[in-house]
Amino acid sequence: MENLKKVLGILSVLTLMSLLSGCDVAVLSPTGLVAKAQRDLIIISLILMLCIVIPIMFAVIFFAIKYHASKKDTEYLPDWGISHKVEFFMWSIPICVVSILAMLSAYFTYKYEPSKPLDYAVATDNNPLRINAVALEWKWLFIYPEYGIATINEIYAPTGRQVALQLTAQDTINAFWVPKLGSVLYAMPQMNAKLHLLSEENGRFPGMSANYSGDGFAGMHFTWHSVSNGDFDNWVSRVRRSGNQLNYVTYLELTKKSKSNPVTYFSGVDRDLYYRVVNRCVAEGSKCNEELMRLAAARSLWGELCSVFDVRESIAPVNIRE
Amino acid sequence: MFGRFTDPTAEAFSALQHEPIVLYTVLTIMVLGILVFTVITLCGWWGTLWRNWITTVDHKRIGIMYVVLALVMLVRGFADALMMRLHQAMALGNESAGYLPPDHYDQIFTAHGVIMIFFMATPLLFGLFNYILPLQIGARDVAFPFLNNLGFWITFAGAVLINISLGVGNFGRVGWLAYPPLSELSGSPDTGVDYYLWSLQLSGIATTISAINFVATIIKMRVSGMTMMKLPVFCWTALVANVLILMIYPVLTVALALLIGDRYLGMHFFTNDGGGNPMVWINYVWIFGHPEVYVLVLPAFGILSEVVPTFSSKCLFGYTSMIWAILVILVLSFLVWAHHFFTMGGGISVNTFFSVATMVIAVPTGVKIFNWLFTMYKGRIRLEPPMLWCMGMIFTFVGGGLTGVMLSIAPADWQFHNSLFLVAHFHHTIIGGVVFAYLAGLVYWFPKAFGIKLNRALGIASFWCWFIGFYFSFFPLYILGLMGATRRLQHYIEPSWQPYFIIAMIGALIIALGILFTVLQLLLVVWYGIKHKGRLPVRENDPWGDTRTLEWSISSPPPPYNFAILPSVTTLDAYWHMKTEGTQCKPTRFSRIHMPSNTSAGFWVGILALILGFALVWHIWWLVAFSFIGVISVIILHSFIGDHCGYYLSAMEVQKTEDAFTAAYLKAGGKEI
Ligand code: HEM
Ligand SMILES: [Cu+2]
Repeated sequence: MENLKKVLGILSVLTLMSLLSGCDVAVLSPTGLVAKAQRDLIIISLILMLCIVIPIMFAVIFFAIKYHASKKDTEYLPDWGISHKVEFFMWSIPICVVSILAMLSAYFTYKYEPSKPLDYAVATDNNPLRINAVALEWKWLFIYPEYGIATINEIYAPTGRQVALQLTAQDTINAFWVPKLGSVLYAMPQMNAKLHLLSEENGRFPGMSANYSGDGFAGMHFTWHSVSNGDFDNWVSRVRRSGNQLNYVTYLELTKKSKSNPVTYFSGVDRDLYYRVVNRCVAEGSKCNEELMRLAAARSLWGELCSVFDVRESIAPVNIRE
Repeated sequence: MFGRFTDPTAEAFSALQHEPIVLYTVLTIMVLGILVFTVITLCGWWGTLWRNWITTVDHKRIGIMYVVLALVMLVRGFADALMMRLHQAMALGNESAGYLPPDHYDQIFTAHGVIMIFFMATPLLFGLFNYILPLQIGARDVAFPFLNNLGFWITFAGAVLINISLGVGNFGRVGWLAYPPLSELSGSPDTGVDYYLWSLQLSGIATTISAINFVATIIKMRVSGMTMMKLPVFCWTALVANVLILMIYPVLTVALALLIGDRYLGMHFFTNDGGGNPMVWINYVWIFGHPEVYVLVLPAFGILSEVVPTFSSKCLFGYTSMIWAILVILVLSFLVWAHHFFTMGGGISVNTFFSVATMVIAVPTGVKIFNWLFTMYKGRIRLEPPMLWCMGMIFTFVGGGLTGVMLSIAPADWQFHNSLFLVAHFHHTIIGGVVFAYLAGLVYWFPKAFGIKLNRALGIASFWCWFIGFYFSFFPLYILGLMGATRRLQHYIEPSWQPYFIIAMIGALIIALGILFTVLQLLLVVWYGIKHKGRLPVRENDPWGDTRTLEWSISSPPPPYNFAILPSVTTLDAYWHMKTEGTQCKPTRFSRIHMPSNTSAGFWVGILALILGFALVWHIWWLVAFSFIGVISVIILHSFIGDHCGYYLSAMEVQKTEDAFTAAYLKAGGKEI
């Protein structure tokens, strides 16, 4: 028992230390709207669960001491195996806690569904910044369709402006994660996943892939810079000055495996590149998935009835503004 | 002729040439192998080995072989874990940090995960089932003794195949569930994933075979009077676990077969192009994978439900609650698989459903914890090693449950997914829940199998090392996860992470001490065995005292036929009642007992299956044809010309064995019955 107490002591000190050292622990010191809600949820659920768990941990040790075989004078009930009263509490306490957590979970799942625009931005009538992300082996390509620019491994976004990300991947499944801003979402080949994030503070936030994707996976870092509107515009013009162009040919170059890539800028992007990546028809002469599905559907009754071809509408390039 | 061996890109021997770690490991294994071989030859043990072990159909001996296999694999899997821990403790910087290149590191975590789940935990589970289950239900053997032997040897073949990948070719670098498209030819063209696929196919077939056997055994072979509601809880959990296996392993087998189709026959089930869809695989493997964790943990609950009452000298609190909780888990465990990919963009309704279902499953699990607590309440608790493991399990497992519920909240999981927080959580439940409980079971039933207890002091030392080591090695991971560290990282760039990785490494070293103590315990027993020239003396039946179930009513180790006279049961905890009511009867007249005969068919099928798997991995098609025909022919030959009649142990022999036991019983101070 002595050892146990010592270990517990050390552990709690350690945990406290790390929790208190604050800004290090990204998930607990978020800067994004979504991540802040998630932090609250994490802490609430932790506390609720601790209410059950700590008494149990305590009881195990306490019973072992109190009812130790050496204590002959404590009560001993060898055949006591049924008590409806105890069993009632035994089932109902977990049920209560779980019901509360289930409601919380349902509410937050609804409110922060990644594909839905965030309420916050809707209220302030803020036009989201669109970024299309492609996970390549092993780097991130970020395309800004409204600006016609693209980068490798770097995101700039104005603080306080909602960012509407669309995620896909070229070869293997990855996941987009900026711990300070919240919500991991998979970037999968053939798929187009939508994620809405918003940073409420300026800063540089590390981002990474949160799904193992092979040899160079550990090096798939990027940085999310949350900056003022002015700085954002400066950055855009800086990117525009780059001589690189992102077209089908240079994109196919990018799909070759490479590790720990430096930040790179592209001042021009082919307009339907992202659409073609999702539909896997960047290479010359290849047919787009959507087209293939249309062809297949046309040949079957079910296809006509069940097909949902709203893909193009949602991810087709918008007109470049400015 | 030599298939892929002639293909330089398959890199058949490059690991041996370029990686000293691999080379030395392989050399050590070979030296050890040769040593064991010589010892057996010098002592002339091949005959006994063949007759008493390799060809045996006795569930007790097969059980012991499973446990030995599992312990060897535990050492292998733990060596991997230790290497990862050492590496990550120094992997700050870029790819060349630490001592393992990504290519090697990625193989290690994949091998660790696969070996621990499929070749450590599962065989340990089947070892315990095999040894204990027939004894608890008062049976003389399992329903299908030959299938039992066959299942073991196919598992063995799978385990050998996966370990061959250490030296010949390489292992997958895809994670333990091998998500495509990374595991497709496009992502992993070499032999790694093929080793993965074929060794899991073997293990899957073996597990299914054994599960059929145990379901049949529990349903058909219970001793008279033992109705389902008088079945010991361990048997109930075994029944449910085996039913689960029968429902989920076919899913795994089919998923693997489809991926094999993709890799070998140019199909497109899970590819990016040609109409394939990797998400289908992810659903399949988790429809398998989630119930699989319940397959492992339910029997762990069963073990606690046997050990805690024994060492509290009390009956289990809330038996009926317990059984219902187990059945509820059986159903619910099929409704939660998508919690492994809340981050796939499933949408509000899918995520909510699976989130809530996952939390609901926490309820019956929590109920069990209360059952054990109230079993301890007003008992007479003895802190013997098995009880220590159980208390460690309860204490630790509730913590794992806590983080499990946190993960089950979908929006919170969006921050935890694939981070080290997750890794910490599942080790919290797997080590705290499964490993601690299995070790409790091992220590508890050990004297039943060998007549003597494992050394107590070493046992207690081992427990404390595991317990403390566990907290040191996995608590830092929770914090790292919250700091934004993902799993499967070959290196990292945040200097602030390193101290935590170092603490985790120290923890793993403490666990290593725990394993060392367990090995020492076992070596002491080996020494005892050598002293008695392999013929262990029969000892008293009930070394722990206050045991409750039938396995403790017969000698330790039990005779080959288990029960000279089949007991009849009227209550739960049959043996406890026999003792308290003095209805234990001492038979004096015995009749002959029918025994199944040994067979070598299982062994040959295992060897041929191993060759088949190896040939498939390396595309040596003539050998594939040869070994496949071999497997089929052995089975056919066994069915037609095998010895299915068995033999009889005469009443005289039974009498002699039972007399020896009575003598031992009286010598140990047992009362005359
Ligand atoms: C005994 C001490 C153990 C230690 C120190 C340990 C350590 C580790 C480490 C370092 C990882 C890699 C984490 C990462 O990806 O960053 C890992 C992964 C894993 N471990 Fe363990 N482990 C232990 C026991 C077990 C046991 C007993 C099991 C199962 C029965 C297990 C199952 C797994 C699985 C399934 C993975 C995931 C592999 C993957 O990423 O594909 N581990 N473990
Ligand atoms: Cu699960």
